[in-house]
Amino acid sequence: MAIEIPENVVVSRLDSLASWCRKNSLWPMPFATACCGIELMATGASKHDLARFGAEVMRFSPRQCDLMIVAGRVVMKMLPVLQRIWQQMHEPKWCISMGACASTGGVFDTYSVVQGIDRFIPVDMYVPGCPPRPEQLIQAIIDLQDKIQAEGTIGGREFAMRSRQQPKRALVELNVLSLPRGVSNLPQGVRVE
Amino acid sequence: MIKPETITALGERFPAVRFSEFRDQHRAAVPAAELAEVFAFVKETRGFDLLVDVTCVDYLNYRNAEDRFGLVYLLANTTTNERLTLRVYVNEPNLSVPSATPFWKGANWLEREVYDMFGIEFAGHPDLRRILLPDEFTAHPLRKDYPLQGRGERHNFPVLTREEG
Repeated sequence: MAIEIPENVVVSRLDSLASWCRKNSLWPMPFATACCGIELMATGASKHDLARFGAEVMRFSPRQCDLMIVAGRVVMKMLPVLQRIWQQMHEPKWCISMGACASTGGVFDTYSVVQGIDRFIPVDMYVPGCPPRPEQLIQAIIDLQDKIQAEGTIGGREFAMRSRQQPKRALVELNVLSLPRGVSNLPQGVRVE
Repeated sequence: MIKPETITALGERFPAVRFSEFRDQHRAAVPAAELAEVFAFVKETRGFDLLVDVTCVDYLNYRNAEDRFGLVYLLANTTTNERLTLRVYVNEPNLSVPSATPFWKGANWLEREVYDMFGIEFAGHPDLRRILLPDEFTAHPLRKDYPLQGRGERHNFPVLTREEG
């Protein structure tokens, strides 16, 4: 027995429908701390026009956003702020780590710069570059859209997968070789606290 | 450019001050014990009314260095356009110098930065707290015996997983 379906009715899964709605209206939260933020602004501006991909509504309140774009280096004083903003965002939410500094610390291998935000918050997409071109960020958003469409569920079951609970490491940290001691009449290594 | 009579007056008033010159830039190395009096003298008598910068150099492992820390005070006289650099050398364990805040209000944040990065104590400072690093930071990272990559402070944070977030 065949069910009569009119021509203007499309049958789909609810998960697929929810993901289709979500992926085409991503609301980014711009967490711009450095020069990547300038490229992020250029991405949203008229020349590159992020609105073509439904992600132009930049909101500076995390409670209205579902896509955090971390653009720029994050120092250890800023990281608790970043984590707090991430926790204030509503599910479902995604995170793009934009640029070398946000992904790995970049050239700033110093005491104060976090060596990749993926050590402390979940990251869905990495964008290489220093800073990345707007086209690269647009490509990352398109890839994220594909990812949401491919694995998204209406209840957010994909976020509870065990494999997504592990902190990722984009970079293995190397120790800088200790520099040779210079000639000095000072006592070596005094006052280490 | 500094007037010769300023150098002369400072040298007569404080015989322990040593002067040096490099490309018309004059520096005066002041003993830490006389620093507050030198501040008062150059400000009140010689009219150095602008404190341009306060910073510090760590001479650990520096060739021919005799002292560990060298404080640098850059002063200017906005009336006569004179400029003068004061140097003060301090060593462990007495890393305390008198604060310049009674003479120049702008020294407040500059000295807080030096305290933050080098651990130099400024006696008489009204609010000697860290200015750049978090309050719970324990080291002074611009010292030469502090490792470039830190002692793990940058990794000392809770990890948020997907479910917790």
